[in-house]
Amino acid sequence: MTAPAPAPAPARPRRGTALGRATSRLFDSRWAGLAGLAIAVLAPFVIATPYALSVMTSAAIFVMLASGLNIVVGFCGLLDLGYVAFFAVGAYTSGVLSTRLGLPLVATVPAVIAVTVVAGIVIGAPTLRLRSDYLAIVTLGFGEIIRITANNLDVTGGPSGIYGIPGLTGSPVVFYYLVVVVVSVAVIGASRLGRSRLGRAWRFVREDEDAAEAMGVHTYRVKLAAYIAGAVWGGLAGVLFAAQLSAISPGSFTFLQSALVLMAVVLGGMGSTPGVVIGAIVISLLPEVLRDLADYRFFAFGVLLILVMLVRPQGLWPHRSREAGS
Amino acid sequence: MAQLIWNGLFVGSFYALVALGYSMVYGIMKLLNFAHGDIYMLGAFTGFAILGAVGGVSPGMALPVLLGVLVVTMGVTGLSGVVLERVAYRPLRSAPRLSLLITAVGASFALEYGMRAAAGADPRVYPLRLGGTTVELLGARITLQQVALIIVAIALMAGLNVLVTRTREGRAMRAIALDPRTAALMGINVNAVISRTFFLGSALAGAAGVMAGAYYGKVDFLMGFLIGLKAFTSAVIGGIGNITGTMLGGLLLGLLESFGTYWLGGEWRDVFAFGVLILFLTVRPTGLLGERVTERV
Repeated sequence: MTAPAPAPAPARPRRGTALGRATSRLFDSRWAGLAGLAIAVLAPFVIATPYALSVMTSAAIFVMLASGLNIVVGFCGLLDLGYVAFFAVGAYTSGVLSTRLGLPLVATVPAVIAVTVVAGIVIGAPTLRLRSDYLAIVTLGFGEIIRITANNLDVTGGPSGIYGIPGLTGSPVVFYYLVVVVVSVAVIGASRLGRSRLGRAWRFVREDEDAAEAMGVHTYRVKLAAYIAGAVWGGLAGVLFAAQLSAISPGSFTFLQSALVLMAVVLGGMGSTPGVVIGAIVISLLPEVLRDLADYRFFAFGVLLILVMLVRPQGLWPHRSREAGS
Repeated sequence: MAQLIWNGLFVGSFYALVALGYSMVYGIMKLLNFAHGDIYMLGAFTGFAILGAVGGVSPGMALPVLLGVLVVTMGVTGLSGVVLERVAYRPLRSAPRLSLLITAVGASFALEYGMRAAAGADPRVYPLRLGGTTVELLGARITLQQVALIIVAIALMAGLNVLVTRTREGRAMRAIALDPRTAALMGINVNAVISRTFFLGSALAGAAGVMAGAYYGKVDFLMGFLIGLKAFTSAVIGGIGNITGTMLGGLLLGLLESFGTYWLGGEWRDVFAFGVLILFLTVRPTGLLGERVTERV
C-alpha cells in the first residue's frame, strides 16, 4: 500500500466540506492498510476463543475472495456471477490431491494454480469476446456446472464431499496468522496489479472498451488476464478454505456464496482495495451479529444491493483515481 | 424416441414462455433481467396462494379453475414486473451497464429470499394437481393435461407475436429497440412502452410458473433460479431479442435436454444444458435466427 511520491500532477478536484476533505485524506492515506493489518494481528489478543478464531479466519479468507473478484469486477468491469466456481476448483483440487495422493497441502498449490488458470481460460476464452452481460450469465451457469459436477463425480466424493484434508498447521492461532499473512500478500498483490500498466489497461477497458481498443489495448487479452488473475486468487482462497475446514462438500459452493462475494465488492466500492476489504469483513461478520434475523438476512442483502447502486454506486469507500480529471 | 421428443417439446414450451420475457426486455433495453426467473417463481406462488384461498376443487373443474387462476396470476406478476422496473431499473437507465446488472442480481436475491421469509424454505405442495388420463400417440404417452398446457403456451406466444408484429404498441416497441432517443423524438412515450413490455414479459413468466406448479405439483423459493438460466440459454440459442427465434430456442433446448438426459443420465441434465449454452456462444453467439433480425423487441 505504498503510494508513489505525488507527482506535480494537476490538482485533484476537491469538493465538499472540511469534514469531507478530512475523511478523504484519511481514505487516501497509506496508513489505512497498515492499520487494518494491525487490527487483524492484534485481534486474537483481545478475543481468542476457538469460535472467534474460526470466524476471523473465515472473514480473512472471504477478504481474499473479495479482493480476487475485485480484480474482475472492480478493475476490469466484468461481472462474474459464478466466482465461487474458482473457489471450488481450488478447494477440490487441493482436497483431491492431498487425500488421494497423500501430498501435504502446500505441495498442491502449484497444481491448484495450474488448474485454476486452465479453468479461467476455458470459461473466459469463449465468453470474453461477447458483450459483458453474456459473461455474467455464462459465469452463473459455470458456477452451477462446477457444483453439479462435484456433486456427481466419484473422485470428488459426491454429495458428501471430501473429508480428512490435512491442515496446514496444528494450532488454530498459528493458522489464523498464516491466513492473515497470505491474505495480506494477496490483497497487496491485487492492489499493485491494479496500479500496474495492466491495471491501467483494465480500467480503460472498464470505462470504454471501444476507445481502449482504438488506443491499441488488446482488450480481449487484457480481459482474459483479469479473469485468470481472479481465478487464481479464488483458487488459492479455496486451498485456505479446505485447510481450515478439513472437509469440503458441494453445499459450500452455491450461487449464494458468489452473490455474497459480489455483495462485498459492491458494498465496499468496486475497484477500491480498502473498500473491498472493509466490505468483505462487514459481509462476513454481519451474519454473526444478526443471527436472530437469519430469515431476512439475504432478503436484506438483495435490497441493500439495489440501494447501494441507486444511492451510492461508488460504494462505502470509493476508489480515488490518481489520474487527473476523474 | 417419440416419448423423448414429446417430453422435450413439453418442457421446451415452458422454457420458451419464460425466455420470451427475457428476450423482449433484452431486445428493448439491452438489459438482462436476472430477476425474470424469480418472477416465474412469484407466479407459481401467487397461483398457490389463490388456489389455497379458493379451497378444494373437484377434478373435473381443475382445468377451468386453473385457467382462471392463470389470468389473475398473469395480472399480478405483470404488475410486479412493472414495479420492479420502476424501482430497480428505471432510475439507472443512464448509468453504466454494470450497475444495472448488479441491481438485477439484487432484485433476484430480494425476491427469492423475500419469498423464503414469507412462505418458508420447504417446498410447498400445489393444491391442484393435473395428473390424468394418458393417450398413446405414435408410441408416446401423452396426458390430455399436457396437451392443454401446451395449447395455452402456444396461444400465449401466438398472441404475443401478433401484438409485436401487427399492432401500434408492437411498432413502438420495435422502434425503441432500434433507437430509444429517436423513438422518443417521434412521440413515443418510451417509459410507458418499457413498462408495458415488462408487464407482458412478467405476465408470461407468471403463467409459466402457475403451469409448472400445477404440473409438477411442487413449488419452492429457488425454483426460478435454474429456469431463469435455462430460459436465457433458450434465448441465446434462438437469437436473443428475436421472438420467433426465442420460441424455437426454447423448444430446441427442451429437446436437447430430453435427449441429453436419456444419453447421459438425469444428474447431468443441467450441465449438458449449460454446455450447450457455452458451445453456442463460442460457435454462433447471435443464435440460430440472430442475424435475420432487423426488428428486435
